[in-house]
Amino acid sequence: MQEIKKINKVLLLGSGALKIGEAGEFDYSGSQALKAFKEEGIYTVLINPNIATIQTSENIADRVYLLPVTPEFVEQVIERERPDGILLAFGGQTALNCGVALFRTGVLEKYNIQVLGTPVQSIIDTEDRDLFVKKLDEIGVKTIKSHAVTNVEDAKSVAHELGYPVIIRPAFTLGGLGSGFCDNDEEMDQLAKKAFSYSPQILVEKSLKGWKEIEYEVVRDRYNNCITVCNMENFDPLGIHTGESIVVAPTQTLTSSEVSKLREIAIRIVRHVGIVGECNVQFALDTDSEDYRVIEVNARLSRSSALASKATGYPLAFVAAKLGLGYGLPQLKNSVTRSTTACFEPTLDYVVCKLPRWDLGKFKSVSRELGSSMKSVGEVMAIGRTFEEIIQKGLRMIGQGMHGFVANKAFAVEDIDRELSVATDKRIFVIAHALKNGYTVERINELTKIDKWFLDKLKNIINIESELSNYNQISEVPDALMLEAKQKGFSDFQIARTVTKCSSDVIEEKILEVRAWRKSRGIVPVVKQIDTLAGEFPAQTNYLYLTYNGTSHDIDFARDGKSVVVLGSGAYRIGSSVEFDWCSVNAINTIRQNGYSSIMINYNPETVSTDYDMCDRLYFDELTLERVLDVTDLEAPKGVIVSVGGQIPNNLAMRLDQENVPILGTSAADIDRAEDRHKFSAMLDDAGIDQPRWREMTSLEDIYDFVDQVGFPVLVRPSYVLSGAAMNVVSNREELEHFLTLATNVSKKYPVVVSEFVQNAKEVEFDAVAKDGEIIVYAISEHVEFAGVHSGDATMVFPAQKLYVETMRRIKKITRQIAKGLRISGPFNIQFLAKDNDIKVIECNLRASRSFPFVSKVLKVNFIDIATRVMLGLPVEVPHKSFFELDYVGIKASQFSFSRLQKADPVLGVEMASTGEVGCIGEDFYEAILKSMLSVGYKIPEKNVLLSTGDSRSKIEMVAPAKALQEKGYNIFATKGTAKYLEEHGVKATVLYWPDQDATPNTLDYIKEKKIDLVVNIPKNLSKDELNNDYTIRRSAIDFNIPLITNARLAAAFIMAFCKLSKEDIKIKSWNEY
Amino acid sequence: MSKFKSASLILENGKVFKGFAFGDERSTSGEVVFSTPMTGYTEMLTDPAYQGQILVMTYPLVGNYGVSNCECVDSVIKSFESDKIHVRGLIVTDCSFNYSHWNAAKSFRDWLIENHIPAIFGVDTREITKEIRENGVMLGKIVVEGCDECAEFYDPNKENLVSEVSLKEITKYGSGDCKVVLVDCGSKEYIVNSLLKRGAEVVRVPWDYDFSTMEYDGVLLSTGPGNPEMCGVTIENIRKAMQTEKPILGIGLGHQLLALAAGAKIQKLKCGHRGCNQPVVIEGTDRAVITSQNHGFAVDATTLPKGWEIRFTNLNDATNSGIGHINKPFASVQFHPESSRGPEDTSFIFDNFIEQIRRCKK
Repeated sequence: MQEIKKINKVLLLGSGALKIGEAGEFDYSGSQALKAFKEEGIYTVLINPNIATIQTSENIADRVYLLPVTPEFVEQVIERERPDGILLAFGGQTALNCGVALFRTGVLEKYNIQVLGTPVQSIIDTEDRDLFVKKLDEIGVKTIKSHAVTNVEDAKSVAHELGYPVIIRPAFTLGGLGSGFCDNDEEMDQLAKKAFSYSPQILVEKSLKGWKEIEYEVVRDRYNNCITVCNMENFDPLGIHTGESIVVAPTQTLTSSEVSKLREIAIRIVRHVGIVGECNVQFALDTDSEDYRVIEVNARLSRSSALASKATGYPLAFVAAKLGLGYGLPQLKNSVTRSTTACFEPTLDYVVCKLPRWDLGKFKSVSRELGSSMKSVGEVMAIGRTFEEIIQKGLRMIGQGMHGFVANKAFAVEDIDRELSVATDKRIFVIAHALKNGYTVERINELTKIDKWFLDKLKNIINIESELSNYNQISEVPDALMLEAKQKGFSDFQIARTVTKCSSDVIEEKILEVRAWRKSRGIVPVVKQIDTLAGEFPAQTNYLYLTYNGTSHDIDFARDGKSVVVLGSGAYRIGSSVEFDWCSVNAINTIRQNGYSSIMINYNPETVSTDYDMCDRLYFDELTLERVLDVTDLEAPKGVIVSVGGQIPNNLAMRLDQENVPILGTSAADIDRAEDRHKFSAMLDDAGIDQPRWREMTSLEDIYDFVDQVGFPVLVRPSYVLSGAAMNVVSNREELEHFLTLATNVSKKYPVVVSEFVQNAKEVEFDAVAKDGEIIVYAISEHVEFAGVHSGDATMVFPAQKLYVETMRRIKKITRQIAKGLRISGPFNIQFLAKDNDIKVIECNLRASRSFPFVSKVLKVNFIDIATRVMLGLPVEVPHKSFFELDYVGIKASQFSFSRLQKADPVLGVEMASTGEVGCIGEDFYEAILKSMLSVGYKIPEKNVLLSTGDSRSKIEMVAPAKALQEKGYNIFATKGTAKYLEEHGVKATVLYWPDQDATPNTLDYIKEKKIDLVVNIPKNLSKDELNNDYTIRRSAIDFNIPLITNARLAAAFIMAFCKLSKEDIKIKSWNEY
Repeated sequence: MSKFKSASLILENGKVFKGFAFGDERSTSGEVVFSTPMTGYTEMLTDPAYQGQILVMTYPLVGNYGVSNCECVDSVIKSFESDKIHVRGLIVTDCSFNYSHWNAAKSFRDWLIENHIPAIFGVDTREITKEIRENGVMLGKIVVEGCDECAEFYDPNKENLVSEVSLKEITKYGSGDCKVVLVDCGSKEYIVNSLLKRGAEVVRVPWDYDFSTMEYDGVLLSTGPGNPEMCGVTIENIRKAMQTEKPILGIGLGHQLLALAAGAKIQKLKCGHRGCNQPVVIEGTDRAVITSQNHGFAVDATTLPKGWEIRFTNLNDATNSGIGHINKPFASVQFHPESSRGPEDTSFIFDNFIEQIRRCKK
């Protein structure tokens, strides 16, 4: 056994920006690991540019580098910090790949750094498919017959040998990137070519579509003690990426013989490979025998391990970190019971299911079919004591307007058979539709291959719905049926709609009627603990859920008005992710520090806020009015904080207030005055504050009249969308007509909001905390891009570098007026348009915004701490620090995941598209933008840049950068118009023909052959509807993994930055040192 | 719910838990215990060690994969622990009336009804578990609507349960280079399987059979139900066998019997260990193994006589999990190395036993 030397300083690699396939779970794992090291008195250094995470906050790691997690940057940090140990398993595939690269280039050896936990060779053995298969052959474990090939022809001949269908996957990539199924040579041609752009090696395997997919989470220490912490079963059969699948823990349809068999194999593998720490083993299991295959082994913490941690209460990352230091499992305590050992296998007395959250509706042209590569952007976890209960809870948690499995708004299915057999993000609702239309469980099983056990349970839900619908009044429903419906996960909404058949305008009333009625009949949920031992031993756990499948509470309630409930942010999705987790956790910290008891409600398994040792009580449950009221009924708290978890809690403010739940901070009525477009607009008008002209209209004529007044382009926001994105910018009458008639319905019932769209205006963000209407602390940031790019996608600069003093002064004055007018007490954010010192208000949110962690960390003033103190009514010291004094610049850049969203047009618009962000600090604008762009995956081009610069304004914008490129000796390629324009301005560019031209040299060939290092393609118009040459260029750049920029201002900033500064000019400096 | 009769579990201390009857519609009584595995209901229910008990499942979903046919190869049962259900009653939260598994032959409910086992679903099994955890195992009754309640609480601890479940006649299995006497105190079938798999010939004898007159190479004292002090005859037989110094291995109840034969004492645990996630540390090492256990009594390790040592200890509550003789081939474990529904981490216990027999023969 390798001796473990004494570790004094350790380096942890994070996973960078959130992206599809690598999301919040690594903030959770990394934070736990850092906690584990801190406990040992070890100095910790973290590299992670994701500024919105908990792990990059104060008092977590001793040093934080907001730098790209790439071998070259990590080496420089190593050089500077000289750690004795490094952790590779806590930052997803990004950290693992980086670690392997550092090992291969000898950096780890050179600096004498010990890899803590699983040795690098074991990682390589599991990542390289050939080695992996060989390794498992040695112990007689079956793998999927897989052949590594390096060209398309070989791929085809292997496929012939195995027989189609086959699955292909590139080696060494994240979450199944570039992989897929092929049924014939033609499909193989296409897919293989793309896969080779991600990796020089691809794997061809026999497809086992329809088999069960089972996962085991295994922990092993260096003394060879081994336990399986959790097993999980995918609801969707093999063929759908586990990140795209509903997953249930523990397994449901496996006999004990199958469970023990797979467990034994998983342990055999983990011992043989030599894992130290945590490992995930994925199996395919035949549905007609005990035959199995091992799909893959992940020798690191993963999405599944985060889920397993939350599902069982077993802190996998914490334990894995300790094992890395040389501890044995029996030496560690079970942190839930605090008396029993960590060397045990949790046993559950509840069931858990994870559901993915997709946001495919945000993308034009994207394929909705699910397959072997991941598209979901977040997930939820539901806990209960029947499958029906958890699946209904889960479907509500997803937060896409669904109320559970049934009682949803009508849903059109054109071809049930097809939509059952081809999985999409909506398939579960197609199953509901099919069951109601007389499809049998057997038939649905044939079409979907989903196990009949799951389908039978779903049918139970349909049966109860039909029983409920026999009644017309709430009070007629027998108690036994009401209770059964609740036990099967029906919400008050579902019961109200099914029984009363009421229209949506009175539904709120009816929901409350159901609530009052069932409470009067004693039908209320109970609170149960998650204790890892199914109640066998007493546990002091505060990890809780609510269920109707029980008769007694596991805990007592103080009801002393000394607790504060914080509502979390729910599923990560485009527009709301880890930044709100940071806000929630910081609110909890302040609540605890001030002697209150903190109660968290949230259901996202990839968060730190749902780590049960962060708060005094964690309710891992729904963020619906019904559930929050259940909790406040029991806890009788001092109040509820709705302003740190994003829009979900914010939307509950009014209704909670109406039910007499105290809302801390800004009053619900004032929140409503900001949220309600009409009220807010009236307030601005009264105060003489300008805003872009807008109107809500119900007929086409009115719309055309209004557009005649304000002129094109306009922003159109329909309240009812048939297909595609909900918002659109249109530039002319034709586009407007097209959008209004094809994509939406305009009527009295479905009004449309049309606003003036101001072009070439700067967008400015004002993040602040106020108390009783007076601003206490604030931050002003500006976007690099002009207004029109969603603020969540824009590149943000703080402190703003290029605003007129006059603009700032006006913005401050307006904000003061608004804060006073809305009597704000707590966090808020206002977005402004600024053009020649003309200021217009676009939006105002009386809650923490996405940029709170960014401005807090750059300014080093914790806005949430101050906001929480305000909301608790505690005295607040006004910080003397002002951002005018900062001698550095922070830049927040967005991470896009277009490569995973097949066919989606990678352009930026009014709908947000990014999945994550980073925030980096530099001495000046250029250093900061360079660091942040490199952190979201851009590379400084080697020599060839393709420019295709769209409209004339963008063309002008790109002249100076093109000149800079030329001076630096870059080869510039351009499409015809752009080349001509550049030529006129003294820049030489080689013309490349458009993709649809049958001429060479052609843009498409250059992209496919990777002759281009950076593509700049600026769309010509504002609408996203451009399935033409430009689309082809953009999409191929993404598919062939070439950095792409589609905004002229951002392209200009990035190009100027790398022309002015070289990589060597970038300072390796920790956040603590600024 | 109208299709199910209402039913209740009444505990000795007066607590009542209401649910619905889904097994045989009759009343019953027994000792109420809880068990924590998340799968393996067929194996649990057919384990003779549950004789006389009403079993509460902590895992809420039961019956998911139905029940397979009781497969028998060369008179050894393959998929169950014995040929019948031994629990007197069953309490669960939610039962799957429809099942799904390629190997299933019938639903869990039909199987219970066929075997005349009363069962209740729709109760808060976690609440019952906590009740037992706090107050210790206690007697209970299942009462089904419209059926007469049992007048008395049935106390299995007053019965010789071993005599109820032990086989009545000597049975031989397999052939091989070593002959193992399996003293059947309510043996699980998987023990027989585990011995056969390792090439032993097995002679299974009734619990009270004096095997000292037989020719054999090793003795295995089986698992079984209830209080070991009820098996005085078996203990006497073991003492005789110890004089021959041939290898002896005790498992579960057999572990307690060997300890008693050696002169140690037994204590009743408050609520017993019934689960497949019990961590056990190998004495004097950093090694721990995950084991399956099912027992209400335990060996009091402080009373071990001279010449005996502790070999395994439960990591959770430090109770004894295994003993052995310092220089004689006698050993026993509280856990089930033969487990068919739990981890197989300790199957080395069988390997060691058979190896030892072969060594002693030479």
